[in-house]
Amino acid sequence: MTAQAIHPTSAALDASKRRDEMVAFVIMAVLFAAAPLAVYPFFMMQALCFALFACAFNLLIGYVGLLSFGHAMFLGLAGYVSAHMAKLGTIAFGPINLNFGPVDPVIAILIGVASSAILGVVTGALAIRRQGIYFAMITLALSQMIYFFCLQAPFTHGEDGIQGVPQGKAFGFIDLSHQMTMYYFVLAIFLGAFLFIHRIINSPFGDVLKSIRENEPRAISLGYKADHYKLAAFVLSGALVGLAGATKSLVAQNASLTDVHFSMSGEVVLMTLVGGLGTIYGPVVGAIIIVAMQNYLAGFGQWVTVIQGVIFVACVLAFRRGIVGEIAHRFGKSL
Amino acid sequence: MMIPLLNIPTQALFGQLLLGLINGAFYALLSLGLAVIFGMLNIVNFAHGALYMVGAFVAYFLLNLAGLGYWWALILAPILVGFVGVVIERTMLQRLSGLDHLYGLLLTFGLALIIQGLFQNYFGSSGLPYEIPDMLKGGKNLGFMYLPNYRAWVVVFSLVICFATWYAIEKTKLGSYLRAATENPTLVRAFGINVPLMITLTYGFGVGLAALAGVLSAPINQVRPLMGAEFIIVVFAVVVIGGMGSIMGSVVTGFLLGVIEGLTKVFYPEASNTVVFVIMAIVLLIKPAGLFGRTA
Repeated sequence: MTAQAIHPTSAALDASKRRDEMVAFVIMAVLFAAAPLAVYPFFMMQALCFALFACAFNLLIGYVGLLSFGHAMFLGLAGYVSAHMAKLGTIAFGPINLNFGPVDPVIAILIGVASSAILGVVTGALAIRRQGIYFAMITLALSQMIYFFCLQAPFTHGEDGIQGVPQGKAFGFIDLSHQMTMYYFVLAIFLGAFLFIHRIINSPFGDVLKSIRENEPRAISLGYKADHYKLAAFVLSGALVGLAGATKSLVAQNASLTDVHFSMSGEVVLMTLVGGLGTIYGPVVGAIIIVAMQNYLAGFGQWVTVIQGVIFVACVLAFRRGIVGEIAHRFGKSL
Repeated sequence: MMIPLLNIPTQALFGQLLLGLINGAFYALLSLGLAVIFGMLNIVNFAHGALYMVGAFVAYFLLNLAGLGYWWALILAPILVGFVGVVIERTMLQRLSGLDHLYGLLLTFGLALIIQGLFQNYFGSSGLPYEIPDMLKGGKNLGFMYLPNYRAWVVVFSLVICFATWYAIEKTKLGSYLRAATENPTLVRAFGINVPLMITLTYGFGVGLAALAGVLSAPINQVRPLMGAEFIIVVFAVVVIGGMGSIMGSVVTGFLLGVIEGLTKVFYPEASNTVVFVIMAIVLLIKPAGLFGRTA
C-alpha cells in the first residue's frame, strides 16, 4: 500500500511545501543578488563562503545527528590546496613531480574540493567508529593533526600562509579580478551548493540519514548499513566545506592557519546553533550574523571571544531552536 | 660521561623521558577528571582546559595578591575552582539533564571561550612567571641524568593523587554509591541517596583535579591564558585512546602517552605534536572502544 492511499492529502501537502520552499529560495537569491547595492561586496562574499561552510556542517549535525568539532580541517586544507594551485600549480609528492603552472580558478577550486573529499574519506572512516561525544572528540583531534600538518608542510608556508593568490579568469574568460564579477561567481557557487544540499536532504538518501539521526539501531535493523550512510554524508559535508574554503581563498586571495585552527570549527558550530540546527536556512542566517558581529566588533580584541562564548551558553540554555528554528516553529513550517 | 644510544646522548633521552612523564602526569590528572565527570554527568567537559588554566592563575593570584605560596595554592586552588564548578553545575549543567549529551559539550565549550577570552583580555597571551617553591629547588645528579627536584615531585605527587582517586572510587563506601549512581541513578535515588548532590560534587571534584594540575604546571609551563586551550585537545585524544570506562585506564593511558610523546621528541621531533593523534587513529582502527573501554 502506498503512502498516498493512507494519507490522501499528502500529495497536496507536498506540493504546498515545495511551493513554500521555492518562494523562500527565490527570496534568498534575490536578496543576495541585490545585496552589493547596500553592503560591501567583499563582506558579502565572505559571508556567503561562511554560509556555505555552515550549511555543509549542518548537513551532518542537523540531518545525521553527528557533531563534528573538526570541520575547519576541510575549510583550511581546501583553501591551501586551491590557493597553491591557482598561484603555482605544482604537485610534488614523493617521486611525482608535476608543474601545471597557475591553473584556471575553477580547476583550482575543484582540486581543493577533491582534497577535502579525500580527507573526508580518511577522517570519516576513523571517526564513525565511535558515536556521540566520542565522534566530536575524534574529529577535533584529527583536525588538530591537520593543523600541525599545515603548520609544518612546506607548501603552506607556515605562519605566513599563501599570500597574493591570483584570482584569474574562470573558464579562461570570466575575469574574477573584477569585484562584481567575482561576487556573482561566488553567489552562483553558493546557490548551486545550497540547492545540492537541499536535494540531498529531500532525497531517499536523506531520509535514511534522518532515520539514523532518530534511531540508529532501528535503521540498522531495517537493513540499512548505517556506517556507509554516515561516511557518505561525512564525505559530502567535507567536500562542500572544501568548496567554501577554496572559494574563500580566491576571494580573500590568501590561505592561512586561521581557517584550519580549531576555533574555526567552533565558529561554524556557533553559526549553525544561532541560526537553528537542522533547519535549511538557519546556517545561512547564523553565518551572516556571526560574520557581521566579528566585522563590527573587530576592534574589541578578545571580547569577541567572550561574546561568542556568551551566545553559545545562551543558545544552549534558552534558545536551542535558533532563530530560523524558532520562526519555523511559530509558523508551523519547515524552513 | 655519555653513552650514546642510537646516536642519541643518554642525557637527552632521559631528559625527554622525564618531560614526557610530567606531561603524562598532567594528561592523567586531566583525563581522570574528564572520566569521573563523564561517568556521572554524561557530558564531556570542554571547559576542563580553561579551568586547568584558572587553577594556575589562582596560584599566581594567591602568591601576588595574598602572599600565599605554592603549598597553600595546592590546597586552595582546587577548592576554589571546585566551587566554581559547583556553581556552573547548579546554575547551568543541571538544566541540560535529559537533553542530548551534545548540548553539554556545546555549553562547556561556550564557557571555555568566556573564561579564556576574559583572561586574555586582562593578561594578553604571554606567560607570567611562577617560581618553584624553595623546598623543591635544585636537583640530584643520578649519574646518567640530572633530576630536578620539582619535576620528580610533580610525577610522584600526581601518581599519589591518581591512586587516591582510584582508591576512593573503587574501594570506599562513598565510591560504591558513586559507581552505583553511574549505573542506575533512579534506583540509587530510590534508596534515599541524594544523587543530584553527588552529581554536583562530582563535577566540582573533577574540575578541582584540573585546577590541581594547573597549580602543578605553573612553575614548569608558566601561567598563560591559553595554556589549556590546545592542551585539552590532546587530552581528548588520550581519553579516546584509553576509553572513559575505567579510572585506572585513564591514568595508565595518560602516563603512557606522555612518555611516548617524550620519546618521539628524541627520535623524530617533527612528529612530536601529532604522535598522540596518530596513535588515536591506530587505536580506533584496531580497538575502537579504546584500550580500556567497554563497548557500548
